Amino acid sequence: MKSFDYVIKDEVGIHARPAGLLVKEAKNYDSKITVCKGDKSAEATKLMALMAMGVKCGDTVTVNVEGGDEEATFASIKDFFENNL
Amino acid sequence: MDKFTGKSVFKGVAMGNVVVLDKKDKPVVREKITDTDSEVARVDVAVAEGIKQLGALYDKALKEVGEASAAIFEAHQMMIEDMDYNDSIKNIIRTENVNAEFAVAVAGDNFAEMFAAMDDDYMRARAADIRDVSNRLINILQGNEVVDFSSMEPSVIIADDLTPSETVQMDKEKILAFVTVHGSTNSHTAILARMMNIPALVSVDMDLSKIKNGTLAVVDGIKGEVTFDPSAEMQSEVKKQIKKQEEQAELLNQLKGKENVTKSGKKINIYANIGAVSDVALVLENDASGIGLFRSEFLYLGREDYPSEEEQFRAYKQVAQNMADKKVIIRTLDIGADKKVDYFNLGEEDNPALGYRAIRICLKQPDIFKTQLRALLRAAVYGNISIMYPMIISVAEVRKIKEIVKEVADELTSLGIEYRIPEQGIMIETPASVIMSEELAKEVDFFSIGTNDLTQYTLAIDRQNANLDDFYDSHHPAVLRMIKMATDNAHKAGIWCGICGELGADTELTEEFVKMGLDELSVSPSMVLKLRKIVREMD
Repeated sequence: MKSFDYVIKDEVGIHARPAGLLVKEAKNYDSKITVCKGDKSAEATKLMALMAMGVKCGDTVTVNVEGGDEEATFASIKDFFENNL
Repeated sequence: MDKFTGKSVFKGVAMGNVVVLDKKDKPVVREKITDTDSEVARVDVAVAEGIKQLGALYDKALKEVGEASAAIFEAHQMMIEDMDYNDSIKNIIRTENVNAEFAVAVAGDNFAEMFAAMDDDYMRARAADIRDVSNRLINILQGNEVVDFSSMEPSVIIADDLTPSETVQMDKEKILAFVTVHGSTNSHTAILARMMNIPALVSVDMDLSKIKNGTLAVVDGIKGEVTFDPSAEMQSEVKKQIKKQEEQAELLNQLKGKENVTKSGKKINIYANIGAVSDVALVLENDASGIGLFRSEFLYLGREDYPSEEEQFRAYKQVAQNMADKKVIIRTLDIGADKKVDYFNLGEEDNPALGYRAIRICLKQPDIFKTQLRALLRAAVYGNISIMYPMIISVAEVRKIKEIVKEVADELTSLGIEYRIPEQGIMIETPASVIMSEELAKEVDFFSIGTNDLTQYTLAIDRQNANLDDFYDSHHPAVLRMIKMATDNAHKAGIWCGICGELGADTELTEEFVKMGLDELSVSPSMVLKLRKIVREMD
């Protein structure tokens, strides 16, 4: 498993639209991607669970990538966070 | 050809296909199911259909309103196919042996409640999205026809009755006319129809179940008639009428940019009444020189919790900025009476029009009031905002308001937040405020006469009661004398006085109002140029 920490820069946090983008992106990979904040976590393919975490701008989340093509998925999902969230 | 008559709220003619809004949805009942597998399969089929419907909506919205507004359908699509949501529905079917409709309703409520409990206004509002998505699924499962305004062709809306929040949510471009079985000519829905400049009939005695979606209908707001399946002859006649209407609108367009001044040089401000931030477009399109009434309660309607200070601040700031340095008079919340909002927990009243509403709520629950005032004072930095307080009956109320405004200002100062205390005025809409207008005028910066309530309270006539329309004389001399009295007392104290009620748009009275010396008339945006024409033709 590979993971990275990320500070949310999007001013609205992980709201419906950014969460939707993330779900779309996450569905492209075989690896299981999990987003964690504090003691809450959600699979990146699950919209409502992501939204229910209530991640706001400035929050730090940990993103775990597990299984499948970990290396490649890790790099592109990190890119995705930096460009979209 | 089937013809029905009703009371007209806007004198225009429209023709188009009918969309029947039948709110009598089939109730969701709990049924015992033995074959849970086939029930689960029904869910999958319904979800697939939902995704298809939402995809079609997305495509259409993308073309018509752009990506930002279309994104909501994409989000709904993801919600409807969300794994947790689907698992939860199927789990309920399997463990409780219930039908798919019931399981969707329960799962939808659970998820909506989860969002409603979050500590973030935006997320709380998403509860409505989940309910929307669940309703879509239930409608598909029940085989109901879904009325979707976003994908609707411009149509004639037929309904039992419409609440103000339902009316507001409709896309104004898609509505050719309204026809309702209930409602009176002075209800808020009627006022909205007038504002949107579309023909509307209320109190039409027709059987909704006999009217099919897609039937061609002619709504004649001049005769007060709606005709289903009009003859070819009638259709061509109506087309001519509509063309004339459009020519008239074009003529009025030519008055844009001209001053509101009589031949002898008497000037009057003609402002517009609005109820939503998006209405600013209509204000500018119709060349109003300001906003004389921004009904802030639309920020409070159609939602489940109070709008936050930030949300209000953004709305007020946006309107102020969009209007550049033109005047924007924002009325503090006027909830109560016929505008009910669940989360205010107002309770039942025997006599809501004479009850706990508007400024009375604000003075008894100052927290709600202060949130709005903070937002207004902060937004005032960004434009020419004025604040207007509704339902005033005494000088003591105005002094109390001023104290609260001062408290809010002091709080903002101590927090180092930028603000400005703008011009403040009151609505003159109770007989008490007219009679006390000499004293009140010394306390405030302006008066704006709310003729709808003033007429209702002066004549003791309930404006929601269709039975009383025959007694409701909007030109009653008692009301006109009250207007004169308030205007004279305003001028004596050196402040200005306007009208923001329906009477301000009454073209039969424009000349009289100018002669009375009123300084401002605030009317629905579509009436601004019509009044300008009358004023410019006056001696």
